[in-house]
Formats: sequence, structure tokens, C-alpha cells
Amino acid sequence: MAIGLDLLVQFFPNFASIVLAATGLAIIFGIMGVINLAHGEFIMVGAFSTSLAYNGGIPFLPIDALPGLSRLIGAMLFAALVTALFGLLVERTIISGAVPNWISERTLGRPVVTPLYDRLLDSMVATWGLSLIMVQTFRNVFGNSLSGVPIPFGELSYGNSSIGLYQVLLAGVAAFVLIALYLVFVRTDYGMRARATIQNESMAQSLGVNTERTYMATFALGSGLAGLTGALYTPLLSIEPGLGSVFLVDAFVAVVVGGSSVVVGTLLSGGLLGIVDTLFSNVYGTFAGRIALLIVAIVLIRFIPQGLSSLVERLRERRLEVD
Amino acid sequence: MSDTADGMDPAVKQTSAELATGVDTDTILQTEGLTKRFGGLTAIDDVDFGVEAGELRCLIGPNGAGKSTLLNLVTGALSPSEGEVYFEGHEITGLDPHERIRHGLSIKFQVPSVYEDLTVRENVRLPIQRLAAGSERDERMADALSASGLSAKADVTASALSHGEQQQLEIGMAASLDPDLLLLDEPVAGLSVDERTEIADRITQLNAERDIAFVVIEHDTDFVAEIADHITVLHQGETFREGSIEEIEADPEVQRIYLGGETDA
Repeated sequence: MAIGLDLLVQFFPNFASIVLAATGLAIIFGIMGVINLAHGEFIMVGAFSTSLAYNGGIPFLPIDALPGLSRLIGAMLFAALVTALFGLLVERTIISGAVPNWISERTLGRPVVTPLYDRLLDSMVATWGLSLIMVQTFRNVFGNSLSGVPIPFGELSYGNSSIGLYQVLLAGVAAFVLIALYLVFVRTDYGMRARATIQNESMAQSLGVNTERTYMATFALGSGLAGLTGALYTPLLSIEPGLGSVFLVDAFVAVVVGGSSVVVGTLLSGGLLGIVDTLFSNVYGTFAGRIALLIVAIVLIRFIPQGLSSLVERLRERRLEVD
Repeated sequence: MSDTADGMDPAVKQTSAELATGVDTDTILQTEGLTKRFGGLTAIDDVDFGVEAGELRCLIGPNGAGKSTLLNLVTGALSPSEGEVYFEGHEITGLDPHERIRHGLSIKFQVPSVYEDLTVRENVRLPIQRLAAGSERDERMADALSASGLSAKADVTASALSHGEQQQLEIGMAASLDPDLLLLDEPVAGLSVDERTEIADRITQLNAERDIAFVVIEHDTDFVAEIADHITVLHQGETFREGSIEEIEADPEVQRIYLGGETDA
């Protein structure tokens, strides 16, 4: 009983960490066909922005003067916004090539950059280069570490053990993010445009959809979620330029295991990988947990290469056929 | 090709219907000197192609004549090597496809391109959501479903529709943009006789009731005869003939290019 409760409580932070790390990457990959290997560094931008805003490091922005919890929440929302805007800049310059093409069309008379949409390997190389530049730039500008942020809410005691309440609450935030994304993609006009653009871009254009703007919004949304992840984990991490790499591995594995559906895929892979990580980490230690996570991912990719969300899709089709 | 119809000044180019009635109608689409080269191949060669408001035009020609290329140049899916495209008096040559659609152009592709993972209702929502919100959006979606003849299947995933129903849905989606000109690329290819009649009725109804002009690429001469006011024959990337269905059917040169008397482009 005590072990069961222990595992359940430990599952929440593991689930939160995988889901929050993966959603931004999954959105950008699922809708734009871009694998953003700088995703971890986008999370780093979120963590650094939170730390700077919370500790009064941003000129003319008195977030550090806000009282109590609003200071932390204000810093986190600011960080998500900064990362979304940074993502927009990256999309316009590196991913779509719109800015260099705008310049080259006026100087050379022709575009020089082909957009990285649906070019998986090319996008990996370009964003990997970006990640190296970002890490070194942050190291040069901010040094090896920044001041941290205190962990709010204190401890939650159960049986003979305790866990940070904040870490458990992060699972609630992860669930909220998934529900919000579901509603965005199913209910909103942007969601319709995004789903249409994924399936058939030229058809979407012929129905009046500005697919370029849809891509911009999508990259900003994915980047903003990466920034939010960095912000949420600022109280739990040492704020240093290499912090993104920890998230990237989890995020990458979760997206590959989850498949093309952003919400269903991330929910299923976050749930399954969270369970595996919790079980093995608790019984055999953290290292065994990581190994088990990767073995499960390899086995799943071998037998369900389209990802867990394809299973749901198949079940739905079978039900339609029966109807 | 010295006797091609496109040798005329576009400003004075008139359809046979106009010549017969003397009614002055407005040109809504005009291409001038439109040329598209793919490497060494000239797919469209100096084409001046005009369409009048409310007209129902068919574009025919042997395989490789450049019909789909011409449509893609008009919609912006391809950029011309030379020449301009004018729509309702505005030059649209440099505009993106979605900007051209917003000027009142609409297209249905050759391959059925409905969103198979979305429901019929969601498919219809996509073109309408930019134009209307709230109850007006609901009304327009209901109208589009009814115009497509698919109200009863609104909540079915589009992948479950028959080929003919998908074609109808796509024409309904294109028409729901309230276009002044709708371009259809082989809308009845692979359809049964009944489905063909259904599509022909849909086109003539939209043309008559909503005054939408059509340019229809089609190989099926019975279908062309059923719907077209006026026909343009493309051959080797050039305008080869323009005229009524009777004039085109009686033209021995048109028969010759269809029977392979000349090498196709």
C-alpha cells in the first residue's frame, strides 16, 4: 500500500516533466514537419527569462516588485511570452527564411533560402547549429549560472515520505496544457487552419488560408510552450546554459513514441513513459529508470512505428467500420 | 497557329455569345502573354486567356496541352516565366495563392482534396470561418452543406464519402468562398453517369443562381456540351481555338490534334 502510494506520487512529477517537455516539440514537428533540436535551448530561454525577471534583472520591468506568488507567476508568463517572440524571430529568419529572402529579393532579385517545412533532416541540422550558438552565447552573456528562484508551496507529507507540493502541481499544469491544446486544435479557427495545413497545404491555400501565418503562429505557440516549461522548472533547476539538454531527450523520446497526434500522442507517451520511469527509478534507481525508458521506447518504435496515437486512430476507424 | 483566337487585342476580345447578342459583359479574368517554361519545355506559350463575368467556359485539349498549368498559373500555385494575370481589373501576378482566393477566385483541384480526417461539417467550416462568425457562420455552413447535397452526412468523416460525394463536397467548399470565378480541374473524372449528371446540375445551378463564372477543364465531350457556353482549346501550350461547342466539334483541325496528327506538348 505504502509502495503503491509512493509510486503514484512519484508518477506525477515524471508525467509532468515528459508532457511539458514534449508538447512544444510535438506541435512544431506535427504541424510544420520541423524537428527543432534547439527545443531544449528554447526551454533554457524560458528558465533564464524567469530567473532574470524574478530577480529584477530586466530593466524597466518591475516584476520583482510584485507581492508574493504573483511575482513568480508574472515572471513565468513573461518568460513564456519572451520565448514565443524569440521563436517567431527564429521562424522568420531560419525556419521559413522569410527575412533573408526579403533582403535577397531586393538585392539579388531572387530568394536564396528554401523554407525548412517538412525537411526533417535539414531542419535537424539547422536547429542543432542554432542550439550550439545559443548555448555558447548564453554562456558568454550570462556566465555559467544565474540566481535561482525559491520553490513555492512547501512539502506534501504522506506516510513516512514527503514530496514538494509544487512538483505534484506541475502534473496538474501538464494536464491543463493538454486540455487547453485539445480545445485550441478542435474548437478554434486557428486549430482548424492548423489541422488543414498539416493535411494538405495547397488545398488550405486554395480555401483562403494564409498558411505562412499559420506556420508562424504554430512555431510561436510551440516556442511559448517550451518557454513555459523552462519557466515552470526554474524553481527546481540550477539555471545554467546546458539545462535544455536534459529536457530534449525526454521530449524527443515522447514525441517519437506518441506519434503524429499532438494531444493524444503526448498524453499516451507521457503516461506510459512516466509509469516506466517511476517504476524502475523507484525500484532500481534513477539510472535504471532512464535505461528502461529508452528500452521501452525502442520496443514501441519497432512494433508501432507510427506511434501510440496511431493505435487510437486504428481503433476509431474500426469502430466507424462497425457502425 | 496564325488563326488562333488569342491573336486579338484582349480589350476587344468578345465571346461568341456576346457577338450574337451584342451585350457588353465584363472581363473578370485576363492573362496577357502568359508563359511558363520548365527547363527547356515551354508548357504555356504567350497565352492571352479571358473569361467574362458569369460565363461558363470549358478548357479542353489533348494531354500535355498545358490546361492544368494554365489554371495553376492563374491560382498562383505556379509562377509564370513571363506575362501577367489580371482579375477584376487588378494585376494579381505577384500575389500568393491565398491572396488571390480573397480577391474572388476559387479552385477545385483535379485530385479530390477534401480533408479526409475532418468531418464534412469541419471541411465546410474551413473556407467559411474567415468570412463569417457566430450565427451567420452557422447559416452559411448549413447552406454550403445543403448546396453540396451532404446535409445528412455532416458529421461523417470525409474519408467515408464516395468519390462522387467528395467531388461534390469540394465544389461546395470552393463555392462557399463566394467566388466570382471558380476553376474546376476535371471535376467528373472517374465518376459514374449519375454522379456526372449531379455535378453538371450543381455547376449550372451555381452559375445561374449565384452568377459564378466557371472555367472547367474536362475531357468528357458530352459533359462539356452539357454545361459550356464557350470553349477554349489549348494545344502545345497555346490557345488553338475558341468558339461554341458546335464550332469546336465541327473544326477538322481540332479533331486532328485530338487524333494525334501532331506531336503533343
